[in-house]
Amino acid sequence: MKILVLIGNVPDTTTKIKFNADKTAFDAAGVQWIINPWDELALTRAMELKEAPGSKVESVTVANVGRQETEATLRKALAIGADKAIRVDADARDAFYVASQLAKVCQGFDLIFAGVEASDYNGAAVGGMLAELLGMQSVSAVSGLQAEEGFVRITREIEGGSQTLTAATPLMAIVQKGIAKEPRIPAMRGIMMARSKPLEVLSPVDTETRVSFASFDLPPAKAACKKFSEEQAKELIHALRDEAKVL
Amino acid sequence: MNFEFTEEQLMIQQAARDYAQRELIKDVLERDATATFPTHHVKALAELGFMGMMVSPDYDGTGLDAVSYVLAMEELSKIDASVSVIVSVNNSLVCYGLEKFGNETQKNKYLKPLARGEKIGAFLLSEPEAGSDATSQRTTAEDKGDYYLVNGTKNWITNANSASTYIVITQTNAAKKHKGITALIVEKDSPGITLGPHEDKMGMRSSDTHSVMFNDVKVPKENRIGEEGFGFTFAMKVLEGGRIGIASQALGLASGALERATAYAKERKAFGTVIANHQAIAFKLADMAVKVENARNLCLKAAWLKDQGKPYGIASAMAKQYAADIAMEVTTEAVQIHGGYGYVKEYHVERLMREAKLTQIYEGTSEVQKIIISREQLK
Repeated sequence: MKILVLIGNVPDTTTKIKFNADKTAFDAAGVQWIINPWDELALTRAMELKEAPGSKVESVTVANVGRQETEATLRKALAIGADKAIRVDADARDAFYVASQLAKVCQGFDLIFAGVEASDYNGAAVGGMLAELLGMQSVSAVSGLQAEEGFVRITREIEGGSQTLTAATPLMAIVQKGIAKEPRIPAMRGIMMARSKPLEVLSPVDTETRVSFASFDLPPAKAACKKFSEEQAKELIHALRDEAKVL
Repeated sequence: MNFEFTEEQLMIQQAARDYAQRELIKDVLERDATATFPTHHVKALAELGFMGMMVSPDYDGTGLDAVSYVLAMEELSKIDASVSVIVSVNNSLVCYGLEKFGNETQKNKYLKPLARGEKIGAFLLSEPEAGSDATSQRTTAEDKGDYYLVNGTKNWITNANSASTYIVITQTNAAKKHKGITALIVEKDSPGITLGPHEDKMGMRSSDTHSVMFNDVKVPKENRIGEEGFGFTFAMKVLEGGRIGIASQALGLASGALERATAYAKERKAFGTVIANHQAIAFKLADMAVKVENARNLCLKAAWLKDQGKPYGIASAMAKQYAADIAMEVTTEAVQIHGGYGYVKEYHVERLMREAKLTQIYEGTSEVQKIIISREQLK
């Protein structure tokens, strides 16, 4: 079994978000980049599948769409244990553009992991779109995956419980948190070996984008907490009804 | 001049940070309260490669540079200096001493399992009456032909109970004073070794510290590191590198306290605004930040010199003295910024303050570092 894990290069989750002057683009100055947290969990699960006793997993490959500066993120994935990385040399412009670029690297894999969304734009579109472009079956919101002989057993979180299903490969698994317990910390030796692993760079295919971003806005600052004493029941009801409008 | 870290160094820093902030934090307060040795963390850190970071891969280490070691030590120490002292002693005293000065047989037998982290090492230099004055060793190793007979007591030994491999500094020829000092590798389970009770310490409570008594302990001659009389030079050379580890630990205590104090100052309100908006607090944070940055630069400079194969003994003494002293100052200020909350254990800074105190004392007190620095200055 060959596994491909799609890797998003996203700002560290503690980044203070800023936009450019006309609010049409994210200001990336001084930002530290990380593996998209859902993708990191997917990679961790892929490594667990590969390292399990009697595993049939031959290789774990990682791929992303991004410029050269995103290679540090791919090398982190190699440090965690992936065998090979592929980078499509283009900016990740929108979901359709990214899915179109990734479609050409997805050939020949039995199991493809895509994070349910990326922590930057939260588009939650690439995995499904890519499966459609490839004509490949996909399962979304996967929170558990076991490899069996010729098929995979999947757990999904659904309203009020969980669902277990089996699916034949090749398969696109669009994964949710829970797919692995915690992202794997790379071992020192893995870090030192990352540079010696193959990192293939492909040129992008010619595709249009389908979305243009009109503007970005930061969420309004959180209002301060209001405290009411025991004697202020009336004021509390007034605040809940007229200010917060929850009653 | 280049202040940039390599991609690998940044990944190592991040790996140490992730482990500390995700795993060490979970039980650090409990282990501090109960003085419990972090067996499971040492095992996990060994699997990640932190126990033999600078040892060559030929001897099962990770082969990293000293700069990476500083970065990792700082991150671990921000959360848990008890764990980082175990890492530091194993790496920069025991593994370094064996790799640099041990022979091939000793490296294969003792260094490899230590570098893999399967075994832990301890460095036995201090004695009840020989701490800073390391020349007056009273633990004797008497030549009995093909073995030495060791007698005496070592004090304040980090990893004393958890270690399997001891490096013991002994006196083989008292007449020659410090030129009669010899370093021996001693297996902890050798007959005649007994441990004093676990020291009930002010800080670093999760690391195990004991005195170790030697009563007619037979140590084979092949366990001698270098020639007879080489022990004092050996100890001084090893401590030069050890200082980088403890300096980085002190740095981590200070930067960890600064991070906590900064976060707290941005949340806690007094007089209608967050306390960070009061200059009294903001300027404290500025002073702390400058001290931390200075300490970091001194640690990295010493590590860089070591990596370049240049003399680094003075640089590491400066790093150790300065980082330890500012760790005490910065952690104390962090407690002050936290006010009453800083004085309770839940907020961690009182623990960092207790731990910082030891960095001014062990592996050469701040005063001993000043002797080293001033002697060089006055040459």
